[in-house]
Amino acid sequence: MREALMQWEFVYAAYALGAGCTAALIAHSWLAMRRAEKRRDQVRGK
Amino acid sequence: MHRFANPARFLKIARWLTPVLLITGIAIALPALVWGLLYAPADWLQGETVRILYLHVPAAWLGMMGWSGIAVASFTEIVWRHPLAGIAARAMAVPGAVFSALCLATGSLWGRPAWGTWWVWDGRLTSMLVLLFLYFGYIALARAAEEAGGGSGRVAAVFGLVGAVNIPIIHYSVIWWHTLHQPPSLTPAMLAGAKSPMAPAFLWPLMASALGFSCIFGAVVLMRMRAILADAQAEARLRRKALNVSAGQDGAE
Repeated sequence: MREALMQWEFVYAAYALGAGCTAALIAHSWLAMRRAEKRRDQVRGK
Repeated sequence: MHRFANPARFLKIARWLTPVLLITGIAIALPALVWGLLYAPADWLQGETVRILYLHVPAAWLGMMGWSGIAVASFTEIVWRHPLAGIAARAMAVPGAVFSALCLATGSLWGRPAWGTWWVWDGRLTSMLVLLFLYFGYIALARAAEEAGGGSGRVAAVFGLVGAVNIPIIHYSVIWWHTLHQPPSLTPAMLAGAKSPMAPAFLWPLMASALGFSCIFGAVVLMRMRAILADAQAEARLRRKALNVSAGQDGAE
């Protein structure tokens, strides 16, 4: 079986996917939080 | 628990807890993944692909924990009408869905070289796929409730409670139906001191990775709760201002 000889490619793909998804989730949540809190502070200041 | 239902008190705690959890999570998860990728041994049977374990198991754990959290928060919202419980449930939905999808994707990448197939309609894989669809349903329901005027989202809360029936099915699927997926590596009995079926060389990086990703999950949930809360506060203030303006105009007429 061809996959048995190239196991590292599957391992690297899984790690790239895991790191990428986690980083995207953190960045999206952080930016959404900053944007929402900035908007709330602007509304309070008006 | 009722003490923390106050949004002001929650924000006071969340402001310092969010960066602490995020930094701790990254500081633990990153070395654990490097450990698993470069220094942990290969398995005698599965070879190098066993390294996917250090991502796959924490992702599965967090996918299931995310829905368990939604169920507890939904119950709290329905019974005690805590203002923060519904926000907590909604905040857990997207990270839970991301980790469930990650579990399925990494499992598929593991299955191809280990089993010779990307997918099989095995009890564990199918119940995990059902969990992902439940997350999609919950996210759509919560969003619909929000767009319908920020209602309590009781339909979403009931859905969150009913969907929890899938969690024990996922956990016991590998015990009830013996197919391709291996038996559980981490069991609740381990908390009571039972020995893991896994060798310590695999177990320690796995525990570190699970701990690190759990902290990251906690930080992401807090960030999303703060975002939902800030949006709600801004909307409430704008609505109050609009009412004051219209009341002033009525008074002047």
